[in-house]
Amino acid sequence: MPYELVVIGGGPAGLAAALEARKEGIKHILILERDKELGGILQQCIHNGFGLHQFKEELTGPEYAGRFIEMVQKEGIEYKLGAMVVSVNDKKEITYVSPSDGLVTLQATAIVLAMGCRERPRGALSIPGTRPSGIFTAGTAQRYVNMEGKMVGKRVVILGSGDIGLIMARRMTLEGAKVEVVAELMPYSGGLTRNIVQCLEDFNIPLKLSHTVTEIHGTDRVTGVTIAKVDANRKPIHGTEITYECDTLLLSVGLVPENEISESLGVEMSRVTSGPVVNESMQTSIEGIFACGNVVHVHDLVDFVTKESQRAGASAARYIQKRLTLSEELIHTEPKSGVRYVIPNTIDLANVGESVELFMRVTDVFRNVKLVAMQDGKVIREVAKKHLAPGEMEKLVIPIKNIAPAGGEITVMVKEA
Amino acid sequence: MKAQELICIVCPIGCHMSVERKAAEFIVTGNGCPRGIAYAKKELTAPSRTITTTVKILHSNFRRLPVKTNGEVPKERMFDVMSEINSISVEAPVNMGDIILKDVLGLGVDIVSSKSMHRVEVM
Repeated sequence: MPYELVVIGGGPAGLAAALEARKEGIKHILILERDKELGGILQQCIHNGFGLHQFKEELTGPEYAGRFIEMVQKEGIEYKLGAMVVSVNDKKEITYVSPSDGLVTLQATAIVLAMGCRERPRGALSIPGTRPSGIFTAGTAQRYVNMEGKMVGKRVVILGSGDIGLIMARRMTLEGAKVEVVAELMPYSGGLTRNIVQCLEDFNIPLKLSHTVTEIHGTDRVTGVTIAKVDANRKPIHGTEITYECDTLLLSVGLVPENEISESLGVEMSRVTSGPVVNESMQTSIEGIFACGNVVHVHDLVDFVTKESQRAGASAARYIQKRLTLSEELIHTEPKSGVRYVIPNTIDLANVGESVELFMRVTDVFRNVKLVAMQDGKVIREVAKKHLAPGEMEKLVIPIKNIAPAGGEITVMVKEA
Repeated sequence: MKAQELICIVCPIGCHMSVERKAAEFIVTGNGCPRGIAYAKKELTAPSRTITTTVKILHSNFRRLPVKTNGEVPKERMFDVMSEINSISVEAPVNMGDIILKDVLGLGVDIVSSKSMHRVEVM
């Protein structure tokens, strides 16, 4: 039987999209999840801080996921676990493999891509040194410790001060490991200030900014890690090396959308976000194929993933019900000075209500500036910002009345206040 | 007394606050909401933290059950609470919100499950 909607990925993005499509009246929905349970990466994020926007309370990752899983089960939305999607084509045929079903091809009317993201591994950094065991991405270590019950090491050096790195510094410490240092290439931390306080300062773990790993020691197992200070061009400064004796190196050095399926499917990809190009309805360049969450662009807060995915799910429902406008009149968005990317990439005003939300990341740390959206040389929205950082996603809400329907592209930039 | 700089950890905003102690009173500035004042007072008198960790679970899909304290524990007792939690194990099924350990170390807070895990016979 063909499905109206197939959602690839049962993490927060996929769950929210499926639920929203159901709310809009879609009956035959299937969620395909490759893990043993729904919930995605939230299941290993056992710390709290999730849900402040969505539920107005502070939840742990499994609690946040649990609420959506309960809703999916209550709605009777079908899902398959252990189901790995191997291909999707533009006729919307989906092929997956699973231990219980074997190799199966399904037909869908609409598809939501919600595969999430992956961590950048050692290979993406080209760290010199030997190749012993004991080098993990922070998220892999998190899964070992929090779900599989396996401690990954006793003396740890962490490279990267994004939130996952900081959270793992605390987690490893609480479980009895000694975290020697957290090294950060940039002159500022990519993580939340409160995580620097409660994950590092609480346990006297030093944070060394403008430092990177220059060598890994050991043959079978890591025996030590050398870090060095970097200059303004992020090149190690000779003579500043410090070697830490340790058995484990955790890497928390960024996330990349997981898009093998999107790429082989042939949807247009963004070179900046590494995710599919999407419009205001979270539709990709192929009609009826939508994408949401970290597969499009890496988010800081799951609450925003949920919101974006609800939009994708609702749009997929409208597409299935032939209510989604598919006009040729699109307004493009374009990042300009100080802005790295803008999502959505195109806007079809026919599908937008009172206002359109643009999401963006900046290229650098800025203080006391304005975030400005312009169209045809006219300011259509500007917001004063005390503090902007690449680690924090920003949002501009543009009232529809400010946008010229037949106008040119909308540009977004950082300007001096 | 000299003002002390403090970063609020109540929510992800992370306000930079300044706290001055005058006799029995605390004068807090830089806080974005009233919760910051409460946090600052507590942090200077009796700092405490919520702990999120795991407990060994048997007969489940995974070997660890995520748990949390349903209130804050004194900061200096965190490792005591951790070794208490690490000394126990539970059996599936467990529901989200189940109390796993009541009144841990007499601190007045419970260890509660933050996930529902069903029973799996073959492991």
